[in-house]
Amino acid sequence: MTTSLERPPSPPLAARAIAIPREPRWIGILGAVGAIAFVGAQALGVLTSPPDRDMGDLQKIMYVHVPAAWNAFIAFFIVACASIKVLLTNDERADLLAAAAAEVGAVLTALTLILGSIWGRPTWGVWWTWDARLTSTAVLLVIFVGYLTLREFAEEPERRMRWSAAVGVIGALNVPIVYMSVRWWRTLHQVQSSPATVDPHYVIGLRANAIAFLLLLVFFIGRRYHLSRVEVAIAAAAEGRALYDGEGESYADA
Amino acid sequence: MEYALRTHSFPSTVDAVAAHGVARRFAGKWALRGVTVSVKQGEVLAIKGSNGSGKSTLLRIIATALRLTRGECQVFGHDVTADAREVRPLIGLLGHSPALYQDLTVAENLRFSAQMACIPDDPSTIESAITAVGLPRVASERARNLSSGMQRRVAIARLMMRAPRLLLLDEPHNSLDDEGAELVDQLVRSTRAAGGATVIVTHDVARVVGLADRVATMDDGVLFAADSSAPLQVMRAPPRAQLHLAREGSR
Amino acid sequence: MSGRFAFPIGDELRRTRAVAWKDISAERRSKTNFNAVVFLASLMLVMFGFALGPDAEALRSAAAGVLWLTILFSGVLAFNRSYQLELEGDSLETLLLYPGDRWPILLGKLAANLAFVLMVEVIVVPMAAVLYNVAIWHVLPPLLAVLALGTIGFVTLGTFYAAMASRVRAREVLLPLLLFPMLVPLLVASVGATTALLAGNAMGDAGSWIRVLVVFDAIFFVASMLAFEYVIEV
Repeated sequence: MTTSLERPPSPPLAARAIAIPREPRWIGILGAVGAIAFVGAQALGVLTSPPDRDMGDLQKIMYVHVPAAWNAFIAFFIVACASIKVLLTNDERADLLAAAAAEVGAVLTALTLILGSIWGRPTWGVWWTWDARLTSTAVLLVIFVGYLTLREFAEEPERRMRWSAAVGVIGALNVPIVYMSVRWWRTLHQVQSSPATVDPHYVIGLRANAIAFLLLLVFFIGRRYHLSRVEVAIAAAAEGRALYDGEGESYADA
Repeated sequence: MEYALRTHSFPSTVDAVAAHGVARRFAGKWALRGVTVSVKQGEVLAIKGSNGSGKSTLLRIIATALRLTRGECQVFGHDVTADAREVRPLIGLLGHSPALYQDLTVAENLRFSAQMACIPDDPSTIESAITAVGLPRVASERARNLSSGMQRRVAIARLMMRAPRLLLLDEPHNSLDDEGAELVDQLVRSTRAAGGATVIVTHDVARVVGLADRVATMDDGVLFAADSSAPLQVMRAPPRAQLHLAREGSR
Repeated sequence: MSGRFAFPIGDELRRTRAVAWKDISAERRSKTNFNAVVFLASLMLVMFGFALGPDAEALRSAAAGVLWLTILFSGVLAFNRSYQLELEGDSLETLLLYPGDRWPILLGKLAANLAFVLMVEVIVVPMAAVLYNVAIWHVLPPLLAVLALGTIGFVTLGTFYAAMASRVRAREVLLPLLLFPMLVPLLVASVGATTALLAGNAMGDAGSWIRVLVVFDAIFFVASMLAFEYVIEV
């Protein structure tokens, strides 16, 4: 038992600032534009399309139901891509983006299902039809919820990041498979088909609403993402403080 | 890839362990606060400290069982984060609990370990390992039926079979009688003779004084040298932390 | 990530066999789990029978669906258990510190879980045939193929997700929540193929569903093996 352990020179003291990211201005602008676009697109849809032969005015529910569905899948696609990025590069920000997209996607998916159910009841007399699209959407919702629940339970940030990325990618792989197998399952039993969305009367309304929803989607995901980054920055500041305080150095203002 | 650990050799200039500023947090609490230490080949470092001081955490980070939050650590020149796969054949960790499969017999536990480490797993090798730790008659006993001291001896046998270049022992003398404790000492000595290094974590310094080349103390995540009360390397706090909004355009 | 499947692959296969054998031995020694699962599965068959019957025709047409649901809900109990084994003895850390890749751990546990669930099916399938009045003997070979393929996909994803679910507090709830949405195509295809086979396979549907099962199994086997490294940790 001999020598003392080497004591390296102490690094220079420096005032260190913890940067809280500022939300880029375009997100707020996008939200405002999206809200206006939504109102406008809904009006366009309601005013320009005649009542449907079979469904009557109920058809107008499609102007929310269908864009919601499309954007839910876009959100899911974002989750998948961000998750792949996390697995490849361990990028924490990609993880936050995936989580934000999953939350917004889950809400949109639930909205799609509720509206689909409301549409189905007067049309076919049933609250739920087991058609391919609605069923795939229901499965997608459960996958989203599972993803978010896993994030709740995995407390450690690095573990949470890796686990949700793996679950996100593997879940994404399944969505097209679910869709195709359910569609096949349906054709085998020769049950009714889904509402037509290609009637030329509806196309303008649908496209306008799709764009409006897309703007809102980006806004909501952007804002949620920004909130997560603020949370992370504040937590890092608190932790950094905890790291230093252990020395016994008081952190009260000198 | 050759996993036979005995054939690894490194130029003597490479440190067995080179840790620099290693910090680790667990959900808000920092267990390690910037530990810097190096262990040379052929050296035995003892770290003493009370419960909760972070010594087990450090050991696990060196073993690649835990990821570090900040800083870096190299084992025989390989980074524990980027090169964990290269590090694992080199280390042998003896943890708090003997980590045996309770429903398997002693022999089966050792055979499993040998197969996973890709070293010879024939019955005679297993038998000699069991005999070497003084338990010749329990080869077919289920681990569940052994006392904790005996289970720990089996864990030592497991380590002996692998003969790692870096021994990481977490309170190895716990629950061992004199004979068992002597086995630990033997293991440390033979590792040193083969040019390997050892890090022993303990709260009972008297036991390791004879073995260790150096003794350090860990307190609340900070490592201190034996003969000084000044910390080795510690995260220096800034005088004040300031929160401010990042400049526009930065993300 | 490079060198993930580096040769010699013989080492990794030896490790796989070691993990599988260890899991099977440990399970065999503490028989409690197997018996409990078989009992639960039998109970489910009977309860479904009460819920759907007693009309023999209704039972016969529901048989395939009931059988697969029984397999899924009782088999899921095996997966968390397979990791429990490591957590009980604090062995997970030691297991992860052995040299080499991590995928042999998944593959070994997958093999052990597969053996477990197949053994359960050996008892449950004939029982279902009896309780639900379906003749299986004349379609036994293709039926065994469907059972095997469906079980492989089920066990692959179950073993994969249990690596995560077994580590958190609400593991009994989280595992089904993560696993079952993934099994929808597998359930649809397995039940479809089984129903078609039992009904005489008039349209050749069974063959198409079997192809779906093969593709599903292949995709998720590869995906799980690749992703396992990221999710298994101490």
